[in-house]
Amino acid sequence: MAEPQRRAPGHPAGSSKRGGEGLPAVAFVIATIAAIGFAAVYVQTGNTQVLGVLLFLMMGGVGVGLIVWAQRFMTPPEPEIEPRGQLESTEEDIEAFKADFNVGEYELERRGMLTKLLGISAGAVGIAAIFPLKSLGPSAKESFKETPWASGKRVVDEQGRPILANKVNTDGVLTVFPEGDVGDEFAQTLLIGLRPGQLVPVPGRETWTPNNIAAFSKVCTHVGCPVGLFEASTGQLLCPCHQSTFDVYQACQPVFGPAATPLPQLPLGIDQNGFLVALGDFSSPPGPAYWDQRKPS
Amino acid sequence: MSSDDAADPPAAAGNGAGGSNGSKDVSTTGTKAGTKAGTKTVTKTGVEAKAHHHRRGKAPAAGKDRTRLAKAARWFDARVGGARIGRGALQKIFPNHWSFLLGEVALYSFLVLVLTGIYLSLFFDANTDVTTYSGSYAPLQGQQMSNAYASSIGLSFDVKGGLLVRQIHHWAALIFLGAIVVHLLRVFFTGAFRRPREINWTIGVTLFTLALMNGFAGYSLLDDQLSGTGLRIGYSVLISIPFVGPWLASLIFGGNFPGTDIIPRLFVIHILIVPVALLMLITFHLAILIKHKHAHFPGHGARDDNVVGERLWPTYTFKAAGLFFMVAAVQGLLGGVAQINPIWLYGPFKAENVSSASQPDWYMGWLEGALRLMPNWESRIGWFTIPNQFYSGVLVGGVTFGAMYLWPWIEARITKDHAEHHVLDRPRDKPWRTAVGVFAIAFYTVLGFAGSDDVLAVAFGVSVNFLVWAFRIGLFVVPTIAALVTYKLCLELQKRDGPFIDPVLEAEDAAAGDGGADGRGGKDDGGGGGDDGGDGDGDDGGPEIDPSSATPGDLEPATS
Repeated sequence: MAEPQRRAPGHPAGSSKRGGEGLPAVAFVIATIAAIGFAAVYVQTGNTQVLGVLLFLMMGGVGVGLIVWAQRFMTPPEPEIEPRGQLESTEEDIEAFKADFNVGEYELERRGMLTKLLGISAGAVGIAAIFPLKSLGPSAKESFKETPWASGKRVVDEQGRPILANKVNTDGVLTVFPEGDVGDEFAQTLLIGLRPGQLVPVPGRETWTPNNIAAFSKVCTHVGCPVGLFEASTGQLLCPCHQSTFDVYQACQPVFGPAATPLPQLPLGIDQNGFLVALGDFSSPPGPAYWDQRKPS
Repeated sequence: MSSDDAADPPAAAGNGAGGSNGSKDVSTTGTKAGTKAGTKTVTKTGVEAKAHHHRRGKAPAAGKDRTRLAKAARWFDARVGGARIGRGALQKIFPNHWSFLLGEVALYSFLVLVLTGIYLSLFFDANTDVTTYSGSYAPLQGQQMSNAYASSIGLSFDVKGGLLVRQIHHWAALIFLGAIVVHLLRVFFTGAFRRPREINWTIGVTLFTLALMNGFAGYSLLDDQLSGTGLRIGYSVLISIPFVGPWLASLIFGGNFPGTDIIPRLFVIHILIVPVALLMLITFHLAILIKHKHAHFPGHGARDDNVVGERLWPTYTFKAAGLFFMVAAVQGLLGGVAQINPIWLYGPFKAENVSSASQPDWYMGWLEGALRLMPNWESRIGWFTIPNQFYSGVLVGGVTFGAMYLWPWIEARITKDHAEHHVLDRPRDKPWRTAVGVFAIAFYTVLGFAGSDDVLAVAFGVSVNFLVWAFRIGLFVVPTIAALVTYKLCLELQKRDGPFIDPVLEAEDAAAGDGGADGRGGKDDGGGGGDDGGDGDGDDGGPEIDPSSATPGDLEPATS
């Protein structure tokens, strides 16, 4: 510790004066009253706003009192100074440290085989200790690519009710799930009632839109928000999170924003009772990309 | 650095003093406990304390403890010692500048966060089992929701003072992050990251990272619609990391999003893992600060080998305690009267729902903006994909924090300045660095606004598409202009005001007359010879104070 060659603070000329105590005194009194009020209000109504104001007054009162007190009576007219000292050790200390350390280091060098075995065993222990982390989650590779949609699965709404193909409104959208998996984040799908000729089908998907009803994954291919907004006049789907925009007529190709890939399409059919069913899984794995999403499984 | 320096071998201190000034007779400084070792120390400390009291002329002689506090202190001292270290701590000097309070505001916000957070944790139920809400908030009654969301609503409406504490906690988090950022900028612009403070800079950046993560974890816990959306985005960014992304995401979420594991795990992360890490790192941060002693601005005789400021006790302690109460007061007021994160309006999280104008807390805004502005690039080599959100999420975040971590070394390499610095730079004197800092501020501010482009589009009646393009261009144009203007401004200020001259140092150098003060190596730590009565060594340049001087503020030997 640097020897403090300073005079005790708080004794500058005139520090014993009474004047100037008023403001901090008032602040402490306000704090005390506010604290009592806080307790009283808490017992009574517990009103959030009143408690907040009283908290402000009681904490602020103590704070103002302390700061004004310090500034008026504890601050010497001139700042005080102390030496900073030296951070690095002296050469002698370093050499002495080295000498002591070398006692152990020499032992490690002398018994090379033991040292190597120690290193190997410590490494093995460390690696073994990582394995329990594996229990935190499954290897999710396949479930990243496949959804519960499958050929013949009925399309149901958020309440689990199947959907009659002739009851889908033109220009309307509906969030649907595979029957038995209502609420499944990865399988959520948008059903869109289109007008004849609006959708330009991707080659090979000509039969996927019975009654001009198209179905696309609702999970944005950017970072997975639900693509919730459909503008019927332009046929565009908009993700409200980051404004990725998809052109439904072009099989949900991205036309604006950060999304780089189209929303996967779900092949639809109509069963003998007139209900909508899936004819298989999505055209490609839904959701945001990851490094081997496109790897054929 | 009382404890450390006190433990230094006395020989080293003596040698140092002798080396820097041969005329200094250490052995004559009778009241110097620091130069004595072993058993004598106790006696010397006693003598010193006595002398000190005599100077003040009011305290009783040693050994006569009048008050309970003094008796209790002696009881402890008899068992663990520490009077000398304690006294050194009381006398520690803290430089005084408003900008040095910013880190303190962060510290006190952390304290408020811990206190309010403990209270909240007693009411919050971190699990996603579905329950039917039956609390007092009528619009949600009868709805199915997770226990996490239901208990958050419950502590907001059915725990007296619960909403107040929850809102204080959230406001304190926003202010915590804000204070950290502004503190970081102060350290950057004044060059306080230079040697020897590189380690503390990296600890600070780590604290910033952890605070950011914990803020996100905190508002993601409540399982409302908004927090679920944020988690989905976080999950998607996580899986974009090449090779390990999906695997990492699966380990953290316990499978696919959303699953049932993430809320309880986030809770452990939010209230245990990260806070403990924060607490440990804050301890290191402050310990190193105490070891280094706070940097100071030029003026009032500030040099690289001294500290100019106020004593820890009582001046600084009172001001610091006062600041804590002020921080708590403001956060208490905000928590009481300023609504924040009204989760009862958002509803419980459902994967197929999303509210428009979904906005993260302010400190995540730059990442949100990056996600929004990123052009739709996605790189493919065969089936190997580098996803779009890897660039805007992982890379932008990684480069940002990477650059922050490395900055002290980047700058030292460019300036070739590897020397120790304790006197802070005025930003204008380092125009290049200041311009870089302003560029960064402008860049992340534009990103932050871009994170609200949908809200801004509605507010200004323009299309989002137009705004996205305006921001994409502005992201590079605005910071460039800001940096150029800053650079020019720094040079103009330099030209107008000239170099900073500290009148105290000027007078000191003039008095020394032998070409400036020595002792800048600071080797006379603990061995100062100021109490030898005469204070004859004016050329010492050290911070000696003439004890016989009449005015206590008269600290400079050259002026006495």
